[in-house]
Amino acid sequence: MGSLIKKFTRSQLAIPLFALFLLVIFNLIRDPSFFSIDIATNNDGNAVLSGNLISILNGASAIAILSIGMTLITSSCKGQDISVAAMAAIAGSVFVSVLRSNEITIPVLLLAFLFGCVVAVLFSLFNGILVAVFKIQPMIATLILFSAGRSIAYWINGGATPTISSPLITAIGGFIPGIPIPTPIIIMVVFLILISLLLRFTNLGLYTQVVGINEGTAHLNGISPVWIKLIAFIISGVCVATAGCITVCRIGLINHETLLLDAEMDVILSVAIGGNALSGGKFNLYGSVIGAYIIQALTVTLYAMKVPSAAVKAYKAIVIIVIVVFSSPVAKDFVVRMYKKLFKKQAEKEVQAKAA
Amino acid sequence: MKKGKDLFTEIRGKKPREPISNTNLLMTITICTFIGMYMIAMFVWGGGFLNPQQFLDLFNNNAFLVIIACGLTMIMISGGIDISGGGITALVTMACVVYLEDHGGTVAGSILMALGIGLFFGLLHGILVAYLEIQPFIVTLAGMFFARGMVTIVSIAPRTASHEAFLSLKQMRITIPGLGYYGKTGVFIPAQIELGVVIALIVVIAVAVILKWTRFGRNLYAVGGNSHSALTLGINVKRTKFFAYLLAGILSGIAGYVYLLHTGAGDAANATQAEMQAIASNIIGGTLLTGGVGNAIGTLFGMLSLKTITNIVIASGLTKPYYQSITTGLMLCFFILLQSVILAVREKGAVGLLPEWLKPGKKDKKKNRI
Repeated sequence: MGSLIKKFTRSQLAIPLFALFLLVIFNLIRDPSFFSIDIATNNDGNAVLSGNLISILNGASAIAILSIGMTLITSSCKGQDISVAAMAAIAGSVFVSVLRSNEITIPVLLLAFLFGCVVAVLFSLFNGILVAVFKIQPMIATLILFSAGRSIAYWINGGATPTISSPLITAIGGFIPGIPIPTPIIIMVVFLILISLLLRFTNLGLYTQVVGINEGTAHLNGISPVWIKLIAFIISGVCVATAGCITVCRIGLINHETLLLDAEMDVILSVAIGGNALSGGKFNLYGSVIGAYIIQALTVTLYAMKVPSAAVKAYKAIVIIVIVVFSSPVAKDFVVRMYKKLFKKQAEKEVQAKAA
Repeated sequence: MKKGKDLFTEIRGKKPREPISNTNLLMTITICTFIGMYMIAMFVWGGGFLNPQQFLDLFNNNAFLVIIACGLTMIMISGGIDISGGGITALVTMACVVYLEDHGGTVAGSILMALGIGLFFGLLHGILVAYLEIQPFIVTLAGMFFARGMVTIVSIAPRTASHEAFLSLKQMRITIPGLGYYGKTGVFIPAQIELGVVIALIVVIAVAVILKWTRFGRNLYAVGGNSHSALTLGINVKRTKFFAYLLAGILSGIAGYVYLLHTGAGDAANATQAEMQAIASNIIGGTLLTGGVGNAIGTLFGMLSLKTITNIVIASGLTKPYYQSITTGLMLCFFILLQSVILAVREKGAVGLLPEWLKPGKKDKKKNRI
């Protein structure tokens, strides 16, 4: 049991899970009914789950999907892609334009999603080529699309904010009739499982980490860093398209200015809170996803405490600083040294007892 | 430092001209691009571009951005990043307005408050990044969130300053003799600059002096170029980084006050996207994110180029709002690729393609990095 606890505290997931645990305890103390889940009937007359917990899981889906792609980019390219939200706006615009010109049925929906994916992957590859081939810092290279992305989305839509409505759209953004869990949560879980299977059962997970840890060694071992980085950007493009389409379906319209506004910052935060080093290397997808839920849980908690929405950022900042301070290597060293100092005498006694 | 005798011999002697360093090269490209762009604009579109006041308005409207960008230059040279500039600016404007209005403060008090807020954020970032070794992006992101959140906590609604002494400062203008334009009624309106521009220019010169002629500036370049080498050279890397963030925080505080002098109001939406524009100004001005290369003058011209492109887009009749961001993006793309290609060619191969003065030093590449 002791060794199991030791193994857990050494793992990357320890601090994010601990932070989530603290948040849960804080909420339970403040308001025991916070996490209650009720069965309510929504507008379409279906029985659905509702409650704070469901809204946390639901609201975090887009961020969680984006953070999966961001984790891969951070790990292999040693930098962040700050254009994910703008690219999601572009993908959403393409999605909406295809849907508006045709009657909405399932094949059309899939086709629209495919178009959105292709466009997002192309833009992502643009970023990828700048980073992998021209060896430009990811944050600088993606600054281009960060500035221009939302305007490109505006241009695709011809300057309007078109709406789409159809029972299929509400099914994706809301609830599929008959299933009480909101669809975005299901989509996110399926996506996460698919990507982790892809990373586990092919060599992609290992190679991505190798390229992030030491590019030269990877190259000498026959792994092409350029291709691995490009693949990371391609997967991120698919993530971006999925997140954009889910958000469009949930809201029912595409507003290029407000779609996932400032979401890239939340995504980078969730990757960092998840214990992944922002300077590349080993990564843990589940950590990033937990990080996304932590941020969303924090936001919902603050709203439940009646904090005005503009001030939520300040409290978020304090919590983020506390979390990153505790996960910093300096703080960890400090804790280990204190631990050794406190228990030094006991350890010495044990050693002496054994020697005797 | 060379001795007097050697310096004299050098001037007289036949030493080959020292190759231009990375920093200076990128800065030269930026300045030439800006001058070229403005000349072309004056020829092709005439009109507004021939009006000196429009050129001076580039400074008037964006003085705060120059100050934030100069602070960011120091940080980027040392290898870090700071995305809290805009947030601190907004917080300073709101806090100073509330102080002047509600608490009957003096102008001197509000200046102290601006510096104090900037100092606080600079300290926070410096300690967390330099001594606790946390990623600068996360720390400054949290700082930005904190500052933006605090703006609304200080005052939900936008506030305008109506303090008399402050307003007289705000309306102070320095007239440039000789330059001016003829208004619609034929009256000669002389070209004017605001107080904020003077402060911004002083900051640019101060940062340029710090970077070039102080030990601290040299340490910044060393730490950014290769922090392990800097450490083994005996440079206190942590202290250098700490002071870089501290100075950038103070400069953001000054930028906030300059912004307030320009607009006279505190608003939660002040200076949005300022940090990204500051990063863009730095990139166009020749500062590399990896560190070790950078220049304050280049940053100033980078900001001017950035804003000129927007003016050119407006002047050429492309009025749809998305054209401005797309052209900004294209310009960034062009500069990023140009920098990357030039630096790669300089350091790796294909040196034969370059003219003699552009080639890196044959014997000692490291010496010419700064």
